[in-house]
Amino acid sequence: MRNMSTAVLYNDQGGAEAAVEAGQESTPTTSSSGAAFGLFSTDFKKNEDLKEMLESNKESLKLEAMKRVVGLIAKGKNSSELFPAVVKNVASKNIELKKLVYVYLVRYAEEQQDLALLSISTFQRALKDPNQFIRASALRVLSSIRVPIIVPIMMLAIKEAAADLSPYVRKTSAHAIQKLYSLDPEQKEQLIEVIEKLLKDKSTLVAGSVVMAFEEVCPDRIDLIHKNYRKLCNLLVDVEEWGQVVIISMLTRYARTQFTSPWKEGAIFDENNDKTFYESDSEEKKEQTEAKPYIMDPDHRLLLRNTKPLLQSRNTAVVMSVAQLYWHLAPKHEVNIVTKSLVRLLRSHREVQYIVLQNIATMSIQRKGMFEPYMKSFYVRSTDATHIKTLKLEILTNLANEANISTILREFQTYVKSQDKAFAAATIQAIGRCATNISEVTDTCLNGLVLLLSNRDETVVAESVVVIKKLLQTQPTQHSEIIKHMAKLFDNITVPMARASILWLMGEYCERVPKIAPDVLRKMAKTFTAEEDIVKLQTVNLAAKLYLTNSKQTKLLTQYILNLGKYDQNYDIRDRTRFIRQLIVPNEKSGALNKYARRILLAPKPAPVLESAFKDRDRFQLGTLSHSLNVKAAGYQELSDWPAVAPDQSVRNVEVIEPVKEWAPLVGKTKKSKSEDKFYSDDEDEKEEEGSESSGSEDSSSSSSSDEESGSESEEESSEESDKTSSDSGKSSSGSEKSSSESEAEQKKKKKTKKAPLKKNKLTAGDSDSDENGNGPVAQSSSSSAESSSGSETDSEDDSDSDNIAAQKKKKSEAKSKPKVEVKSKKEVSLLDLDDFSPAPTNAPKSSVVSSSLLSDLEGLSLSNVSSTMQVTTPSFGPVKTYELLHHMTGKGLSAKYHFPRQPCLYQPSMVAVQVILTNSSDHSLEEIHIGDRSPASLNIHCFNTIERLEPEASVTVSMGIDFSDSTQAANFQLCTKEDQFSVSIQPAVGELLMPSTMTEEDFSKEQGKLLGMNETSATITMATANTSSQAIGKQVLSVANVGVVSSSQNNVHRFAGRTVSSGAVVLVSLEQKESCAALLTINTEKSVMASMLLRDLKQALAQA
Amino acid sequence: MIHSLFLINHTGDIFLEKHWKSVIGRSVCDYFFEAREKAVEPENVPPVLQTPHHYLISIYRGKLFFLSVIQTEVPPLFVIEFLHRVADTIQDYFGECSEGVIKDNVVTVYELLEEMLDNGFPLATESNVLKEMIRPPTILRSVVNTLTGASNVGDTLPTGQLSNVPWRRVGVKYTNNEAYFDVIEEIDAILDKSGTTVFAEIQGVIEACVRLTGMPDLTLSFMNPRLLDDVSFHPCVRFKRWESERVLSFIPPDGNFTLMNYHVSSQNLVAIPVYVKQSISFFETGPCGRLDITIGPKQTMGKTVEGLMVTIHMPKAVLSANLTATQGTYTYDLATKVLVWDIGKLNPQKLPNLKGSLTTQAGTPKPEDNPSLNIDLKIQQLAISGLKVSRLDMYGEKYKPFKGVKYLTKAGKFQIYIYMFIFLENLMSYLLFEWLQCVLKHSI
Repeated sequence: MRNMSTAVLYNDQGGAEAAVEAGQESTPTTSSSGAAFGLFSTDFKKNEDLKEMLESNKESLKLEAMKRVVGLIAKGKNSSELFPAVVKNVASKNIELKKLVYVYLVRYAEEQQDLALLSISTFQRALKDPNQFIRASALRVLSSIRVPIIVPIMMLAIKEAAADLSPYVRKTSAHAIQKLYSLDPEQKEQLIEVIEKLLKDKSTLVAGSVVMAFEEVCPDRIDLIHKNYRKLCNLLVDVEEWGQVVIISMLTRYARTQFTSPWKEGAIFDENNDKTFYESDSEEKKEQTEAKPYIMDPDHRLLLRNTKPLLQSRNTAVVMSVAQLYWHLAPKHEVNIVTKSLVRLLRSHREVQYIVLQNIATMSIQRKGMFEPYMKSFYVRSTDATHIKTLKLEILTNLANEANISTILREFQTYVKSQDKAFAAATIQAIGRCATNISEVTDTCLNGLVLLLSNRDETVVAESVVVIKKLLQTQPTQHSEIIKHMAKLFDNITVPMARASILWLMGEYCERVPKIAPDVLRKMAKTFTAEEDIVKLQTVNLAAKLYLTNSKQTKLLTQYILNLGKYDQNYDIRDRTRFIRQLIVPNEKSGALNKYARRILLAPKPAPVLESAFKDRDRFQLGTLSHSLNVKAAGYQELSDWPAVAPDQSVRNVEVIEPVKEWAPLVGKTKKSKSEDKFYSDDEDEKEEEGSESSGSEDSSSSSSSDEESGSESEEESSEESDKTSSDSGKSSSGSEKSSSESEAEQKKKKKTKKAPLKKNKLTAGDSDSDENGNGPVAQSSSSSAESSSGSETDSEDDSDSDNIAAQKKKKSEAKSKPKVEVKSKKEVSLLDLDDFSPAPTNAPKSSVVSSSLLSDLEGLSLSNVSSTMQVTTPSFGPVKTYELLHHMTGKGLSAKYHFPRQPCLYQPSMVAVQVILTNSSDHSLEEIHIGDRSPASLNIHCFNTIERLEPEASVTVSMGIDFSDSTQAANFQLCTKEDQFSVSIQPAVGELLMPSTMTEEDFSKEQGKLLGMNETSATITMATANTSSQAIGKQVLSVANVGVVSSSQNNVHRFAGRTVSSGAVVLVSLEQKESCAALLTINTEKSVMASMLLRDLKQALAQA
Repeated sequence: MIHSLFLINHTGDIFLEKHWKSVIGRSVCDYFFEAREKAVEPENVPPVLQTPHHYLISIYRGKLFFLSVIQTEVPPLFVIEFLHRVADTIQDYFGECSEGVIKDNVVTVYELLEEMLDNGFPLATESNVLKEMIRPPTILRSVVNTLTGASNVGDTLPTGQLSNVPWRRVGVKYTNNEAYFDVIEEIDAILDKSGTTVFAEIQGVIEACVRLTGMPDLTLSFMNPRLLDDVSFHPCVRFKRWESERVLSFIPPDGNFTLMNYHVSSQNLVAIPVYVKQSISFFETGPCGRLDITIGPKQTMGKTVEGLMVTIHMPKAVLSANLTATQGTYTYDLATKVLVWDIGKLNPQKLPNLKGSLTTQAGTPKPEDNPSLNIDLKIQQLAISGLKVSRLDMYGEKYKPFKGVKYLTKAGKFQIYIYMFIFLENLMSYLLFEWLQCVLKHSI
């Protein structure tokens, strides 16, 4: 590996200090302690010798001795007689010695309680030490000493530590709570008080430990969580990984008691929700909310949203706990997002695989669809351990359906031939289960199993027989061929279970094989005494059944067998024989029963159900020990059912952190929760589409009823509040992060305030003017602070940059022509309002869409005196090229064309707007035109509304948005009608992935200066003579790319600027005309791939006339 | 949570025990030994076991069992993950995780275990934090310690513990600042006998070795991040940036760490670097079979395939193999029935071939089960998925670091199904043999 080599390299070059660094990382050597232990292990009996060393005056000797003692403890050898000698060193100055003494104390204090008390005063003193580390370790050891007498001292220490300034000490006190509780459960009440106090702690360090203590001491005191619920949700991402696991599983339990079930409406709900994701039309949504009474509690949503990023954790336990949270809490259609992560865990260690597979097995019974796309990940490998193989088999069987059964069966065929016979047998059972579950393949499976009967391996044959027996039983049709075949094999089969099964089959279906059955009985009569018990029992059964159906041929044989059975050693067989004899052979005593013999013996029997071993596991919470063992483990907390009516949600409202006093009385309860939701969504790091959008839809659905005025007001308030809390959380964390989070908060504030004034534009233009001006400096200062703080997030820089530019531009344009701006921006307002309704908290794109849409209007103004042809605002510019999406021949009458309208996409700023013209050229009307599956699945498309009906010869234009993520990779999706599905794809030209932006010449050259070197692509091109005029150049460039023209002072230089739609990266195009037709075309952008593609396109466009 | 930990070697000796709560007797391990006995192979021991009063959760790493004792409900993955973390830490400290190393450093290991858990709940598992509390042993340090009487144990709270970046310590200093990234990809594939891909996917990992002064804030971006289907990160990576911009933005831990794991799904076409032509056949009767394997390059993107190795698990009936390899060496382990053919570098001009006869146990019928063929290989300077790092930027510090990216493709679980043919081509000799047997049987 590289680390070794670099370390070596490093040693050569670095100074002494560096050498130490490098050395400690990578050179494995035997330490002095190790050597000492090695020496010692040979003569460990000399404990006397150790005692002397411990009592000596030399530190080094003591240390040496303690190391040996710890070695003894590690080996599990008793060294308790050294206690007095060791305990004396507890106050030692040498930290290593001290630590080793601690180790010893914790191990033996319980046995030597009186002596252990000697050390207590030392710890009490250490608890007051100014060094937090020493305080914490003293508390750790003090609470680990399991001596009941010191319980009051411990209690006191815990209480004090819980109020300590250092979060590390508080964390230790949370751990100590559990220790004290296990030592003396009487203290519960007092401990709960401490827990309550610590739960309020805002440090991420403490959160995990205190929740752990809560789980151990008072898991039923859910009421303690209410006030801390939102805080825990928000801190979750920053808590250390082990704490995350504990918190997530606690919150799962909490949520099940506090929220109503999101599953109530089942399938209908799914559909509805899918729609609401993309709906921006408030009208529609109103209807839907009316139709569907369930609205997810914003706190419920908060939990789901804040746990989602943790699916990407490296810690498998965290991923699993998020997965189980989604399984138990999320609406059905959202559970699927955990699939990928769970499948990823299958690459981890064997033990991890085992647990994950167990959980997947349980999940796959209920929800086949979740794992079906990943079926191949469950294919068994020859190197897998047996228990892994069996689990995979289980899952594959669960996943089997009509569509994939042939693939699965083919795979099973390979497994049957496996060298691992136990596994082969399990496979046969799995085949049996598939056969019963999917009636289409029953015959195929049966035939396959019959073929296996001629397998050389005994276990395989035996298992096949048993499974065939079960299958035949479920399918009591004409299978006499198979039964005959089995009768033939009977002689070769020696496994008792298989023989018994065949005999049973013969008896059960003896009327179908009237000739063979008696012959089998004859053979059995010969070998009866040598058979196993179960075989004997079935022989007796067979005899009885044959006697009833075919007494002529088998009477004597039956008598013979019954006689043999009568004197068998096994009393079961003797009893059975006696019973059967009474039942079938008519005599005086058993007259009554005899009549029913036929009905008793030959009654139709219910078929056995072949079902998964994981069927009943879902009674346990996934991911728990109980689930893994399928037994209720000690301390398992049941997951309660959803309450029918949600308990009062206001209990989670926190009054404590309320520096914003004004809003609380003003806003009603519902609104409060709504704004809360919003602020979390902005506050949090993540910005997945699903969560935010659906919450957005909820928002707007509720706010659509209220008038716009108040809606915007509440938003402002929420923004204010978010600032407060986010800066709060910043304070609780320490160091460099603090400043960065603060700057982020500032950022947010700025964004919010910016948004608000835009709305106010409607009222007064002057107002907005001052606001915008005020904004510029704020943005600048925050960006500079972000740069200076070491741990700053770079994206904040980008943000502020873009805002900066936007602000500057606005200023500029305002200066130029104020009244016009006012008119324009009024138009924009409605657009922006829409945007607000679906708050996609993507940072950069949002700000840029604001700027670009405004700019596009302003641009025309700034350019008006430069060139009259360019007056048309760029977004609507265009020799709009129309592309074919679906030809009417392939589309069975439906044809589709598309073009890029070059307008900012309404639905999401990061999307490229696409207009599709759908035409019906068939002779019948088409119904339900909509967009179906897309690939890649992650592709983010805003679909158009389903077109219910398209008459013949009619055409309709719909618009959609596609997030290409700045790549020219085609977006593939399906265009569906009621009957058909057509796969189509849209491949954007690189120029369509841009949005125009305007800037001054200075800004342009400044930006260009930043994007030199690797970010610059240039080429000398030859232009067609027709293109040499500046107008023509502009036209050609704009036809290729959606960029804005930058005014230029030089006649021979043309500049164009744009931004990529998705990421908002700046793209600068400059064209320097040289003599005659030659020109130097330069493109500056971070996206080097885009640059080269754009260059190619431009070159082509300019070369043609 | 975790009550006790026992380390058990492959012969079943408990050579280290550590209790975080009250002491639990060793006899609890007997249940484990029972299961171990039953499982035959150590890999087959169920990771979770139940005993009357306790639950045992174990992992098997480096021929050692890490057995933890649990008393109450706990997510099993929590324990398993932690145990692996213990093993990782030991490996990190001493270079390997084996019985010998642990025995040699028993005190350090014990101190580590003490720090890692408090009352059974993980306290410090970041290697960075641990290394500040308990320094890894080095020759230099032990010399210094003996001279000065200094110790390996730190007396202040590790700086990482309290900060929001617990994975990085404060005040790191290097004279040479360097950041290296290894993009390592493994191909997992199942091919059927005709060479068609049944299943293929790529698992990648980015291992980083970062030695930078101060608190650098790095941004690593890819040419084609869309390739990545599923990812998991070191805690240092900012989820937010990845979600929005598909770049990795992070303050790195000091030293070696795994930055991210990713998965390129089977939806994308996976290039299979080699093809295998094989035939293993056994005659219906008679004590021999034939084996013929040739390997050639398929899609190697112009790079050389190295470290090529073929492993075949033979049917139990195969007694010995008498083969000739045109390249490399082969070994056949009689006990485990594993044939290993170590080829080395693949020369496209002269394809390596292994040919010869197999001896089966006389009298036993032809083996029925399919052997499986596993391939191991390495391709330097290639990430088979096509993933490319486009740039690495550093913020927050002034100096210019050395940067480097290395690509490596390996075979992960690369398996080829083999179907054996029972040859009847030699029908005459077969019939003759059959006839002879009949004659013999009837004459007796």
